[in-house]
Amino acid sequence: MFSFMPQPSPRLADPVAALRAKIAALERGGLAPAHGPHPFGHPALDAALPQGGLARGALHEAAGRGPEVEHGTAAALFIAGCMARLGGPILWAMERCDLFAPGLAMAGLPPDRLLYAEAGRVEAVLQVMEEGLREPALAGVVGEVTGRLSLSASRRLSLAAERGGGLAFLLRRSRRPDDPALEEPCSAHTRWRVAALPSAPPLRRVPGLARARWRLELMRARGAEPGEWDVEACDATGHLGVVADIIDRSAGAAPSATTVAELEYEYEPEPEYAPALIPAAGRNKIRRRA
Amino acid sequence: MHPRSYRPLAATKSAAAPDTQGLPKGLTEGPLVTRAHNGRRQVVAAANAAAQALGISPGMPLAEAEARLPGLAVHEAAPLADQAALEALGAWCLRYTPLLAAPAEAALLLDITGCAHLRGGEEALLADLLGELQAAGYAARAALAGTPGAAWALARFGQNPSIVPAGEEAAALAALPLAALRLPPDMVQGLALLGLERIGQLAEMPRASLTRRFGTAPHQALDAALQGEPITPWLPEAVLRQRTSFLEPLLTAEALAIAIQRLVAALCDELARIDRGARILDMHFERVDGSVQSLRVGTAKPSRAPLHLARMLCEKLDTVAPGFGIEAMRLVVPLAEPLRPQQSSAGFAGAPHGDIAALVDRLSNRLGEGRVFRMAPTPSDVPERSARRVPPLTAPPSTWPLDWPRPVRVFTPPFPIEAIAALPDGPPAAFTWQRQRRRIRRADGPERIRGEWWRHEAETTALRDYWQVEDEAGRRYWLFRRGDGQDEATGDLRWFLHGLF
Repeated sequence: MFSFMPQPSPRLADPVAALRAKIAALERGGLAPAHGPHPFGHPALDAALPQGGLARGALHEAAGRGPEVEHGTAAALFIAGCMARLGGPILWAMERCDLFAPGLAMAGLPPDRLLYAEAGRVEAVLQVMEEGLREPALAGVVGEVTGRLSLSASRRLSLAAERGGGLAFLLRRSRRPDDPALEEPCSAHTRWRVAALPSAPPLRRVPGLARARWRLELMRARGAEPGEWDVEACDATGHLGVVADIIDRSAGAAPSATTVAELEYEYEPEPEYAPALIPAAGRNKIRRRA
Repeated sequence: MHPRSYRPLAATKSAAAPDTQGLPKGLTEGPLVTRAHNGRRQVVAAANAAAQALGISPGMPLAEAEARLPGLAVHEAAPLADQAALEALGAWCLRYTPLLAAPAEAALLLDITGCAHLRGGEEALLADLLGELQAAGYAARAALAGTPGAAWALARFGQNPSIVPAGEEAAALAALPLAALRLPPDMVQGLALLGLERIGQLAEMPRASLTRRFGTAPHQALDAALQGEPITPWLPEAVLRQRTSFLEPLLTAEALAIAIQRLVAALCDELARIDRGARILDMHFERVDGSVQSLRVGTAKPSRAPLHLARMLCEKLDTVAPGFGIEAMRLVVPLAEPLRPQQSSAGFAGAPHGDIAALVDRLSNRLGEGRVFRMAPTPSDVPERSARRVPPLTAPPSTWPLDWPRPVRVFTPPFPIEAIAALPDGPPAAFTWQRQRRRIRRADGPERIRGEWWRHEAETTALRDYWQVEDEAGRRYWLFRRGDGQDEATGDLRWFLHGLF
């Protein structure tokens, strides 16, 4: 059939979508154009988020769970992975730098992409973040904030991120485990809690470490349901992995995420660490230098 | 009307006397020449007085000079350094007159019209100048005449020093050789073949016949020497500054910000004219009570963007106490670097991300020097030495090897812990940190890192065995033990927590 029929214009084709876009623009106060999403590349996570990924031009928040809030290492790696997939220069602001650059490089942030700003005080960290978010040359800005953060401070960062269009991440830290200050309201678009999970055995009866696992908890997200996912930690390109147990299981028998973790936790402790020096060729970790 | 008086000063630094500064003592006494390559062979570029007295002249082949005078001291000629030294001398000469021609050909041309009386007359000025130069170690010749050409000729070939009254240039030049007119050497030779050797002879020749043979150049040079020619004023590359003063003292930050914007805009125009960008800016606020307050901002790379520079200065305004008011402001550039105009990208190709230099400047000025940085790899396997801070705009050339696990946070210094492990090379089974016992479920290692004997004597035998371990909750730690567990000399077997994954 020849297409002599008049093609409806795309605007008319989906008036509801057009209206939605208009309302979204009004909600932003007509300030900034909509910035595209930044997908995780992890099917379950991307499906759960309204835009199919983290919103660019918005503020996001990540923190550790339980005692991990003090150093937030898993959260830092999670953020580093998100930034690594973004491309472009990243500014990382903190009060005092205890990051180890080779570790960040292993999460996909090579030294030529990462700029550090040691601000000394929380207020200065926030100022640096705001300054960085206004700069179009930066792809993303990360700020490590210890302790309480007022709603108006996070609101300022959200507005700055909306104007600049970069990806903004707050890494919340605290010296108190399970600090209630971290649960206070925050204007972040998504709020994540990243906790370490016991990893799978690398190979049966062979000591060593497989890829780390995290439990990602989406505490709050604008336009999405909270959720929990067990993932494998970021690889050298910043991509999260799908937990292999779930993939390998048959579809009908797939248990919920929590059960997987429980099942997994029943590990049998290796009786002894006798073959500690891994015998397999190529895995000899002893580094000998003359 | 008093004619303009020109005083070229044949500062014979590079042409006749090589630069003797910075040479070992003893060399400056004997004959010494500098050599250069004229395209075909090595020639003498300059010879000092002792060498010239022995018959060695600039332009002579070096082989001939060395044959005449075995043991002659020969040094490489440095024309760029000579020119720089001459310009420095020119800048110094600005104390006598503000009008100076561009220093070239080992000569400085000063227009002292209306300046001589400040030094007590022309003779006094000339004597003062030559005395100062001699005291500074220069051999100089000077002449004073009504036109630049005549002054140049007399300084080179006339008496030293000579002063020619206005209108008597023709008589003073008549006896000088034709080379004094700055004619090309082959033209001087051609004129000499016709028997014309003195300027006076050239002046008497009928113009038409000479023009047919040599063009108008000889007579143009003569006319310029007798009647004058304009000189282009030259200014040394001095410290750039802008100053403004106010009718009423300023008290508010807003008013100061406007004044800063105006000063910076004027300064950026000046910087653009000379293709330079500021690296350091000093803003001095002169208060009514006579005290001065200062701000300093720096840039990571040369900049002459008025908005950017003004913004950085305005950000620091709250540190200025105006007191009873600020009556003048001075903006000085202590350090400027070349900054060529750059074509802006058309937007099709190239990096999608722009330049972060402006952001780096703003952050550095807000946080302080060294607080904005990058980490760059250093060739060392000892973890705490493997990364170092570098300035933010230097791009680290490479990254770290990704074969060995490295934590994302490290403790400096490493945290001592209590750990239980099988000797000699078992992983720890449990350790205590933060008063909490952590049972280790899995471990990977050891990665043995040896001390760097070339840094410290004590590191010759020292080594560390690193383990990446995971506790029951899945948290990963980076531990090391000092020593290999067999040899006492390698370490005391104490365990440390070095980082967290």
